[in-house]
Amino acid sequence: MKKLSARRRHPLAAVVVLLLALAATGGLYAAFAPADKAQADSSSQSLAIDEGKKLFAVGCSSCHGLNGQGSSDGPSLVGVGSAAVDFQVGTGRMPAQQPGAQVPSKKNIYTQTEIDQLAAFVASLGPGPVAPDSKQYEPSTDPATNAEQVAKGGELFRTNCSQCHNFAGKGGALTNGKYAPSLEGVDAKHIYEAMQTGPQNMPSFPDTTMPEEQKRQIVAFVRHTNDEPNPGGLALGSLGPVTEGLFGWIFGLGTLIVIAIWVAAHTTKAKKS
Amino acid sequence: MSHDMSENLPEAHAASHGTEVAAHDDPFADPGLPAHEPRRTDIDERAAKRAERQVSLLFVVSMLATIGFIASYASIDADKLVYIFPLGHVSALNFALGMTLGVALFCIGAGAVHWARTLMSDHELPAERHAIEADDELRADVIEQFKTGAAESGFGRRKMIRNTLIGSMALVPLSGVVLLRDLGPLPEKKLLHTGWVLATPAKPIALVNMNTNQPMKPEDIVQGSLTFAKPEGLEESDETFQQQIAKDALMVVRIAPEDIKDANSAQLGFEGILAYSKICTHVGCPISLYEQQTHHALCPCHQSTFDLADGARVIFGPAGHPLPQLKITTDEQGFLVATGDFAEPVGPSYWERPR
Repeated sequence: MKKLSARRRHPLAAVVVLLLALAATGGLYAAFAPADKAQADSSSQSLAIDEGKKLFAVGCSSCHGLNGQGSSDGPSLVGVGSAAVDFQVGTGRMPAQQPGAQVPSKKNIYTQTEIDQLAAFVASLGPGPVAPDSKQYEPSTDPATNAEQVAKGGELFRTNCSQCHNFAGKGGALTNGKYAPSLEGVDAKHIYEAMQTGPQNMPSFPDTTMPEEQKRQIVAFVRHTNDEPNPGGLALGSLGPVTEGLFGWIFGLGTLIVIAIWVAAHTTKAKKS
Repeated sequence: MSHDMSENLPEAHAASHGTEVAAHDDPFADPGLPAHEPRRTDIDERAAKRAERQVSLLFVVSMLATIGFIASYASIDADKLVYIFPLGHVSALNFALGMTLGVALFCIGAGAVHWARTLMSDHELPAERHAIEADDELRADVIEQFKTGAAESGFGRRKMIRNTLIGSMALVPLSGVVLLRDLGPLPEKKLLHTGWVLATPAKPIALVNMNTNQPMKPEDIVQGSLTFAKPEGLEESDETFQQQIAKDALMVVRIAPEDIKDANSAQLGFEGILAYSKICTHVGCPISLYEQQTHHALCPCHQSTFDLADGARVIFGPAGHPLPQLKITTDEQGFLVATGDFAEPVGPSYWERPR
C-alpha cells in the first residue's frame, strides 16, 4: 500500500486511474448490456445496412426519398422500425405497384436476407419497433398451453380486431375503398408485426397497451380459426345470418318456386293445347 | 311409348270441343265452362299403370331415404369431414342426415303431386254461390226470440243489475292497463350519465386498458395506436358489467397535436390523447373501426363515419351527434384519469335528451 501511495503524484498516475476506470465501465457494460444492442455495431450489421441502403435506393427511394425522409409520394420511414419493413416488404405490399386507396398484398419479390438488409437500413434511420423472432410470435406447441392461448386470444381478438377483420378473420370493408384484409394464410410473424406497427390505416397495438404475450395469443387464435375445419360447408364469407338468409331465400325458395312453375306449366291432358 | 291414342278418345269430347266457345248472335254471351279434357292416364290404362308405378316408386325411394337416415345416424362418426364439390368440407353426418331427410320428404311430396295430377279425378266441379242472408221467416223468428229473452231476463226493467253489469264490464280492461306499468320504470337519469359520473377533480377515476386491466400512462399511447378503456373499479366479473360497459366504453387514440382541427377537442384531451365514447350516437353500436391515417372511425352497423381529429364530427351516415369526448388529464402518479363525466349523454338520442 505504501508503494502505491508513494506514486500517487506521479505524472502518469491520472492516466492510469482513467484507464482503469474506463476498462471497468466498458467491462461492466459489455457484461450487462442486452446482446442485440451490443451487436449493433458489429461489422455484419454495418454490412447489412450498407447492402440495405443499396436495395433501398433501387426499390424504395423513388417514393420514400434516398434517405427514407419521405416525399409527396410516400411517408417518411424514420422511426418505423425493422418490423414495419419486414411486414410491408415480406407481404409484398411494398414496393407499391400504384397509388390508390390501399396498397394490396402481392407476391413478394425479395428474399428474406434482402428484407433483413432493407430492415436494417430503415431501422438505422431511427428507433422503432423491432422485427420479432419466432419465440415472440409462434404459439405454444404444447396442446394445453396452446388451448389457453387460443381461448385468451379469442377474447382479445373480439375486443381489438374483430370490428374490422370480422370475427372469423375474413376481413371487411372500410371507408372510401379501404378495407381490412382477410387474415387467412397470413404468416404468424406478419400478423404480429401488423399489430406492432399499424400498417397503412390499421391502428397499432404497441407492447405498452397490448403486451407481447397477448399478441402471441391473438396469433394463436387466428391460426386456430384458420385451421379449424368448418363442418357447415359453404361459409359464404363467414358474414353471419345476413348472407346465409339471403342465400337461403334466393336459392332455396327460388328452387322451390321454379319447381312449382315447372309442375304447373306441364299439363297432363292427352291433347296438348 | 308413342302409340296413337286417338282411337281411345271419346267421340263426344272430340266433337264438342270448341263449339261452345263460338258465339253466333251475342258476342258477349257467357261462353260457359270449357269441355272436360281427359288425361292420357284417363283413357290409356297402360299410361295409368305407369303413373301408378311412378308414384309408388317415389314413395319407395322415400322409405329407403328414411332407412338411410337412420343408418347414417347410427353409423357415421360425428367428427368425420368429407369434401362435397360445391360446398367444400362438410360434416359427413350432417350432410347425410340432411340429404336423406330431404329426399324422404321431397319424394312424399312429389309422389302426392304426381298422384293427384295423373290418377285422381280431375273433373271440374263448379260450386255455385248463394246469398248468405237467411230467409225472412227465419230472421223474424230470431228477432222474436231475442225480444222474448230480453223481456224475460228483466234487463230493461231491473236497472240496477243492468248498470252494475255495465260498470263491471267497463272496469275489467283496467287490469290490463295497470299491468303496462311493468314496461317501466322510466330510465330517469340513467341515460344522462355514465359510470364516469363518479369522477371528480378531487377524486379522479383512472382509465383502465381493457387488454391488460391496468391503468395507462400517456407514454403508453403511441400515435396511431388504438386502445379500449373502461373506468377503474369496473370489473368484468361485476354483475352489471355489461350494462355499465355499454355506456362507459372508451376508444383512446393519439393524434399529432398539429393534426387536431378542433381546439375544444384538443383541450379535452391530453397531449393529443383523445378519449371518445365507443358507442355510436345513431343506434348505439360499438364503433371502433378506426383508420389511423385518416383519423376516421366507422360504425359497422350503418356506416356513420366520425372524424376523430375534428371533435368526432359526423362526416357521413345517419348519426345525429358527434361522439361525446371525455375530458382526461393525468394524476400525480402520471396515470391517465378522467375528472368528470361526458359533457353530454352517450349513445343514441332519446326523447328527454337535452338539446
